[in-house]
Amino acid sequence: MINMKYDVIVVGGGHAGCEAANASAKQGLKVALITSNINNIADMPCNPSIGGTAKGIVVREIDALGGLMGRVADISHLQIKMLNSGKGPAVASLRAQGDKVTYPKNMLKELRSIKTLDIIEAMIEDIIVEDNTIKGVITADGTKYECTCLILTTGTYLKSKILVGSTHKFEGPHGEESSKHLSDKLREHGLEIIRLKTGTPQRIDPDTVDYSKLSVEEGDKTPWTFSFDLEPQYDVNKQRVCYLVYTNENTHKIIMDNLDKSAMYGGYAEGIGPRYCPSIEDKVVRFKDKDRHQLFLEPESNYYPDLYLQGFSTSMPIDVQEKMVHSLVGLENAKILKYAYAIEYDAINPLQMLPSEENKIIHNLYTAGQINGTSGYEEAAGQGLIAGINAGLRCRGKDPLILKRNESYIGVLLDDLVTKGTKEPYRLLTSRAEYRLILRHDNADLRLREYGYQVGIVTEEQHNRLLKKIDDINNLTEELKNIRITVKNESDSIKESIGDLTKGESLYNLLKRPEIKIDQLKEYIENDYSNEVYGIVEIQVKYEGYIAKTNKEVEKMLKLEEKQIPEDIDYDKVKNIASEAKQKLKDVRPLTLAQASRISGVNPVDISVLSIYLKKEYGKDK
Amino acid sequence: MNENICAISTALGVGAISIIRASGPEVIEITNKIFKGKDLTKVETHSITYGHIVDHDEIIDEVLVSVMKAPKTFTMEDVVEINSHGGISTTNRILELLLENGCRLADPGEFTKKAFLNGRIDLVEAEGINDLIVSQTESQRKFAINRLNGNLSKLIKDMRKDIMELEGKLEVAFDYPDEIEDEEELTYQELKDTMINIKTKLTKLVNSYKNASIIKDGINVSIVGKPNVGKSSILNHLLDEDKAIVTDIAGTTRDIVEGTLSLNGIKLNLTDTAGIRETEDLVESIGVKKSLDIISNSDLVIFVLNNSEEVTKEELDLIKNTNVNKIVFINKCDLASKINMDLLKELPVIKGNTKEANGLDELKNRIVEMFNLEQINSSDFNYISNARELALVKKAEKVVSESINNLTATLPFEIVADDLRISYVALGEIIGETYEEDILDEIFSKFCVGK
Repeated sequence: MINMKYDVIVVGGGHAGCEAANASAKQGLKVALITSNINNIADMPCNPSIGGTAKGIVVREIDALGGLMGRVADISHLQIKMLNSGKGPAVASLRAQGDKVTYPKNMLKELRSIKTLDIIEAMIEDIIVEDNTIKGVITADGTKYECTCLILTTGTYLKSKILVGSTHKFEGPHGEESSKHLSDKLREHGLEIIRLKTGTPQRIDPDTVDYSKLSVEEGDKTPWTFSFDLEPQYDVNKQRVCYLVYTNENTHKIIMDNLDKSAMYGGYAEGIGPRYCPSIEDKVVRFKDKDRHQLFLEPESNYYPDLYLQGFSTSMPIDVQEKMVHSLVGLENAKILKYAYAIEYDAINPLQMLPSEENKIIHNLYTAGQINGTSGYEEAAGQGLIAGINAGLRCRGKDPLILKRNESYIGVLLDDLVTKGTKEPYRLLTSRAEYRLILRHDNADLRLREYGYQVGIVTEEQHNRLLKKIDDINNLTEELKNIRITVKNESDSIKESIGDLTKGESLYNLLKRPEIKIDQLKEYIENDYSNEVYGIVEIQVKYEGYIAKTNKEVEKMLKLEEKQIPEDIDYDKVKNIASEAKQKLKDVRPLTLAQASRISGVNPVDISVLSIYLKKEYGKDK
Repeated sequence: MNENICAISTALGVGAISIIRASGPEVIEITNKIFKGKDLTKVETHSITYGHIVDHDEIIDEVLVSVMKAPKTFTMEDVVEINSHGGISTTNRILELLLENGCRLADPGEFTKKAFLNGRIDLVEAEGINDLIVSQTESQRKFAINRLNGNLSKLIKDMRKDIMELEGKLEVAFDYPDEIEDEEELTYQELKDTMINIKTKLTKLVNSYKNASIIKDGINVSIVGKPNVGKSSILNHLLDEDKAIVTDIAGTTRDIVEGTLSLNGIKLNLTDTAGIRETEDLVESIGVKKSLDIISNSDLVIFVLNNSEEVTKEELDLIKNTNVNKIVFINKCDLASKINMDLLKELPVIKGNTKEANGLDELKNRIVEMFNLEQINSSDFNYISNARELALVKKAEKVVSESINNLTATLPFEIVADDLRISYVALGEIIGETYEEDILDEIFSKFCVGK
């Protein structure tokens, strides 16, 4: 066998793997993406949506940094809408219904266009490690590939086990082969393996649904894109629709009567499932007072019929599933094309990972996606992107890119993982971000594009677009401050909102009023700006006070973030730290005092004591 | 690090002098705002200045203020130490004034922390200080545990529970917009109702603090009137002892005489003052000046008038210009009246004659009524017991008020959620609990969400 040598090898072709391969190869490095089945690259084995609350912002962050998910989703969706648009600027987020056929095809096209990237079909069963440093991988047939850095993005494929009722099979989604040995090998190298569980609902034959009994959910009439570089390329009037379905008393009775047959409740599963994505039996058991639960029927593709029954995931046996589905109004005669199942898989304890996504035990090994205990395409893609960037930077001898909590949702996700670990599949939520007013979908490029440019994966053209946007924002803000208006004439359209304004007021101050929208001020503004720029300036002006308050909190956090904790610190030598806190510090081994302060169980006093110890042991400058 | 922090650094109410310490870039200016005396921003570093702590025009205490400018201070920042005359309420009042003017309360061990972080403490000291911080925290912890069983903590917890429920509903709707049916979404009115309810409770708490300080420190009562009008007699009758010197010679009482009595279990601190009138006598005039000072420091002023003399313009001005609780006691009612009662319209007037002890019971009853003494009970004392808590409750009251304003202006729910979080944190500070994981637990335990 000829040993091939790469700068970076990415194992896995899911959402994390694709972004990782792109982000490292675009740095001009020689990269291999090894997947067990090329046809499953960028597969969406669960729901068809890309984006959603918080996740939609992540997609924009990926795009800002030079990743692929946003631009591929923009040309591969069936429907798109802005969620929460009425609830405030920071919680608004895009969600698209992706086409499960087009999306992977377009992603593969993107990857194939990268000259320094090889895509290889093989199952990886072992890693080569020398002196605690990764050297390469070995496939099931014994082929060796050497590399400087390795990125594992194995998704749910490590020892995956599919559960339907009391039956189970050791295989991955779509009946794919799972990796039987890799997690054992990782364990042998000292990694802690945890077992997690997730699930997916039934797919329904669209010709067997009584649509007259269901209400329709449409896409937005305003066109959107995730990408900061693309114009909308779809007809808002030709979007596919989703349908609203409700469970009822009968559904709940069927579930309660058969609870012992469910894999989860019958005790056939050992993995820990996510609280935010509970199976329908979980929902019914935990929320007995609720007489109905909302479900959605969503199209998966224009190229095959299946409708995805969102919200109905279960590990019940198939005969019970039949009864459950048929109890739903509109689905009385529905044909189930695929049954719901739960899937268990191995993951590594993310506390063994650095914020750069490099493993603490094996150098030059990076992990991203579900292997780190997360759930969701977007969470995976965001991690893949950062792993790809950092593996590339390592090969180039540069410092890693670590995004902070005040800079991005990806930063929140990674900091949570390496600081708090996770016992269930981790999903991003807007409520996990403490600075969400500045982590908006509209300013992701302002926050992050410069980083992508510095790394070398954002093009000159994309970067110039950013610089122009920044200029426009500054110019528009200046105009608003400099232009003062009076309102007297009935013909002034703004009069209706503010009445007479004889004294004269700057547009800037007018915009601060809750009842004034920037659209009403456009006629007074001399230059032309894009809607994007108008939108962002409107938010910056209207919420100036709140943003300033957030920035103040950020400043406080960053000061602590500067205080680094040496890697070799011996916590047993630090006197007077509470024993619980000491144990947590030993487990997490935080890199900065700020990170230490976010560990649950570590109190402010412990931080004071620790900072005194650091000063004493490591001198003034640490 | 650049915040201005302050704390009482001596044991409350124990020593003869209390020290309030403040550290931070603006503490000298802040202290100067509440200080009457030399301009503290212009005094030399490491100097002591005599003067008064004032709340606008009201003198709170006579103090010595040490000003120490950075960097040669304990924290390496500007430091101010106010030496006051002790007494729980005075010390707390000064602390409150600092808090109102831009300081925030120091966390336990925070001065030391600043000292360390600013590089003031050397390696040898660090170990010792380490122990200090821990011991401070230990007592803090015990204190917190005691509080947890208390009424305040229960009240605050209930408020936080209400807010968390709303916050949970808002957050769950942000994160799972599809899963929440329209009728489950909160309305501005619902949010506002809860917040108004909480604000009312907080206001009540602040008031209970006043009651608590009445219980603890008593009501300061001054007896004011022209010489020889019978002030000391009233005092003596109330005290049932001959503490004040009572003579027929006008101007005998030169020093302020104090005594205390218990009324419905509440302490009354009685003060007799020199008579009010223009005088050339120096000693006497100091007495008059003090009388005016004392009026502003009292909770209640009893003006004593002589029934057989006309009310003078001075007397009337003084009565009308007094802003605290007041009672007019017309003495010597056994003599023919020369008082024009029209002048005293709308004032609480009691007629009596101290020689025969007439009107004194009525006076006591009026005081009981005025201070609602029958309503005050010792449970008030269990709510807020120090300036730290009061400051935190007031802060919470303020943020809750802001959230009500923003709800009235129907700002987006995201901003409302931010306000709720801030309110929740502010309330949590009172009882030493934080936010963090609470909201996620709330979302997952109360709501049924997810794909």
